[in-house]
Amino acid sequence: MENFTPVSATLGGVLIGLSAVWLMAANGRIAGISGIAGGLSAAKKGDRGWRIAFLIGLITVPFTLGLLKPDLLNSDFTVSLPLIALGGLLVGIGVTLGNGCTSGHGVCGNARLSIRSLLATITFMTTGVATVFIVHHMIGA
Amino acid sequence: MKRALSGLIAGALFGAGLLVSQMTNPPKVLAFLDITGDWDPSLAFVMGGALLVTFIGYRLILKRKTPLFEPHFRLPTRSDIDIRLLLGAGIFGVGWGLVGLCPGPALASASFGGTAVTIFIICMLIPMVIIRRFLSA
Repeated sequence: MENFTPVSATLGGVLIGLSAVWLMAANGRIAGISGIAGGLSAAKKGDRGWRIAFLIGLITVPFTLGLLKPDLLNSDFTVSLPLIALGGLLVGIGVTLGNGCTSGHGVCGNARLSIRSLLATITFMTTGVATVFIVHHMIGA
Repeated sequence: MKRALSGLIAGALFGAGLLVSQMTNPPKVLAFLDITGDWDPSLAFVMGGALLVTFIGYRLILKRKTPLFEPHFRLPTRSDIDIRLLLGAGIFGVGWGLVGLCPGPALASASFGGTAVTIFIICMLIPMVIIRRFLSA
């Protein structure tokens, strides 16, 4: 557990929670990234602006914070590009079929005590853990 | 305009949270999922912090009649458990466990994750757009 960072993790989580609460209070929306991004392609006229603005904030603020604290800008992939592509495809397929991801189901859905989100969360946590186990400890990738 | 501005603020907070917690770095996430290896529980604290704030915040906010800048709250209404939900979540988890990224952190790291994260995002977006079009057709 040498990389355990409880303080920054909790702080980050609180910021995410504040984001979700603000989006609900102001826009009445669930802060599920797959839903916000995925919904953009089919969104009608009045529904696009807040989504685009959200994504702009999501993408540019880390960049800006990174200018102040470059040691936060870590993006160290551990698998090959083909596997990254495959992972991306599976994530895209999965969040669309499952109607949500770690933010939509994991944070927002569970905060609403949604049984759908609870089961979705348990499911993706299980397959996530199983995948890491198989890839790292069985195949040895 | 107000809706877009509030969306921007929400996205900014979210992106900041992901960066500060280092959820944007695949090894940090993979170390949480690697329960039999050198386990890092940090992700649980991210989720815990987020859940606590959101649970309390939602309870307060949803007592109101409407949001600030929209006529209604848009809350999911389904409560049934179907195979699509479980299959989707299962598949998502496999992709997540393979790479260590999910939609939020991928987009949040788009500006500094290089070719790798760009490929991940593109491959993620393609089925998201196609499947939605297919399902709503």
